[in-house]
Amino acid sequence: MSAPLLEFRDVNVHYGAIHALKGISFSVEQGKILALVGANGAGKSTTLRAASGMLPISKGGVYFEGRKIDGTRADRLVSMGISHAPEGRGIFANMTVEENLTLGAFLRKDKSAIAPDLERVFELFPRLKERIWQNAGTLSGGEQQMLAIGRALMARPKILLLDEPSLGLAPQIIEKIFEIIVKVNETGTTVLLVEQNALLALEVAHYALVLETGKVVAQGPSRKLLESEEIRKAYLGD
Amino acid sequence: MAYLKNFGVILVGIVACVGLSPVAPELMNPYLFSILMYAGINITLAVSLNLVNGLTGQFSMGHAGFMAVGGYVSAFLTTEYLSKMNPGLPAGLNEIVLFAAALYAGGLASAALGYLVGLPSLRLKGDYLAIVTLGFGEIIRVLILNIDAVGGARGMPGIPKWTNFGWVYAIAFISIITVRRIMASRHGRALLAVREDEIAAEATGVNTTRYKVTAFVIGAFFAGVSGGLFAHFLTYLNPQTFDFNRSFEIIIMVVLGGMGSTTGAVVAALFLTALRELLRPLQEITRLDFRMVIYSLMLVILMLTRPNGFFGTKELSDFGPFRRFKRDALKDAAAADAPAEGARG
Ligand SMILES: Nc1ncnc2c1ncn2[C@@H]1O[C@H](COP(=O)(O)OP(=O)(O)O)[C@@H](O)[C@H]1O
Ligand SMILES: [Mg+2]
Repeated sequence: MSAPLLEFRDVNVHYGAIHALKGISFSVEQGKILALVGANGAGKSTTLRAASGMLPISKGGVYFEGRKIDGTRADRLVSMGISHAPEGRGIFANMTVEENLTLGAFLRKDKSAIAPDLERVFELFPRLKERIWQNAGTLSGGEQQMLAIGRALMARPKILLLDEPSLGLAPQIIEKIFEIIVKVNETGTTVLLVEQNALLALEVAHYALVLETGKVVAQGPSRKLLESEEIRKAYLGD
Repeated sequence: MAYLKNFGVILVGIVACVGLSPVAPELMNPYLFSILMYAGINITLAVSLNLVNGLTGQFSMGHAGFMAVGGYVSAFLTTEYLSKMNPGLPAGLNEIVLFAAALYAGGLASAALGYLVGLPSLRLKGDYLAIVTLGFGEIIRVLILNIDAVGGARGMPGIPKWTNFGWVYAIAFISIITVRRIMASRHGRALLAVREDEIAAEATGVNTTRYKVTAFVIGAFFAGVSGGLFAHFLTYLNPQTFDFNRSFEIIIMVVLGGMGSTTGAVVAALFLTALRELLRPLQEITRLDFRMVIYSLMLVILMLTRPNGFFGTKELSDFGPFRRFKRDALKDAAAADAPAEGARG
């Protein structure tokens, strides 16, 4: 078996005195969707921030394609192929849809391939194309989420880190966004998907990880977790 | 091409300013002329502070400190050394070369300090910069008060009067063009991204610390050069000139013009410099210092009626007939961004 695309080995993160991640280990295989589920405050966003270099870790190691990457600057990791769509969307509200998307390709050297990639994002999200000259702040919540994902894709990532893409959206829109996540994955992009909506995440993911107060309490193929009595009780509201 | 055109614009602008230089003081009385000069210096100060506070979204409160550093360094160089030197160039050119060197040295000293102050405080997210720069401005002032070589509290007299209309407005022009060119490039978009959402900017691959520090250092450089212009116009420096009020005045210009608008910074610098002087007679009539009261009151009213300043984040090029220029500038920027289009394919 080849090395996993992304691997956490006994990763610890502290926010001052708060011990947010207490030694978590997992790996994401190339080409798969890994779901990271758990209650509010479990450490899901912290895990993504540790993976994308937005946070220093206090112990352990993060590996990407077999290389140790913790301590590497966030912009370097973007060039290496790690793209993070942060929680709460974080779009550039006073810039147009197009400017937002172009900024996603900020570090790319292959300038001539950017225009075709923009078209590819518009194929995935036709609604963004209709609003190309609109300021991103005037988009609906769902459209903003689409923009955040589209912008992350413009970096041509090997792995896409998505933080709660369903947050605050209507069920129909959520469904659409999850369809697109699957589509993106089918074209070869590995996805690390953080969700509080565990049922939804487990349905699209190949593999899943359950976090509880900074620790991994269960992991396995998502189908197995969906069948587990315990997990259904604790996280799926059965 | 874009580069050449750009160079052409700068050259024409500088030639125009220098050409007007001998004429300008003849056109008006000396008092009016001095207001015009201070307004020009304030343009450079406001435009450079706007790069930091308006366009990059960081809040610096120490512009007067950088102005002081540039002013004192360049004035010390000219009074102690340069004014006694003769590099043997044709008359007239001597002064120009020496003054340019002194201003540049002042700007560099200021930029170097900007780097030292900016790096630790800008590496953190949050409003550390405001507090650190506030302290920095005061420390600089107190330091100068205690340096005898530059006169300490007595001040520094006898600085050669080398600043003229050409210098002031050519440098204002260069600062405007510099900021405009930065903002039309991919670096400008990175700065705006930092202003909009720092975490998202980082996630898209912008090295946020580097961009914030660079903007801050460029701002400090131009503040330093302005200080040099100021010193060689007044021919006398006093540390009190660079107290917090001075920083505050420049901040007001940026806020009133519209945070993030270079056009606004220019207009507000002209307007506020003029307003302060227009209110001066009032003080003489009433024999009370009502000036600052009225000045402040007008600011309150202006900000209540136009909370985003004169221009918001808009530029002259966003209006009517000027829009054509913006389109051209954007096209140039796009061309500069993708130079190897054909070579790759
Ligand atoms: N910036 C921060 N400063 C201090 N504590 C934080 C910060 N961000 C998160 N935490 C704490 O770390 C823990 C994990 O948070 P987070 O990763 O955001 O959880 P989740 O995304 O699973 O809801 C929580 O206890 C939270 O309060
Ligand atoms: Mg979270």
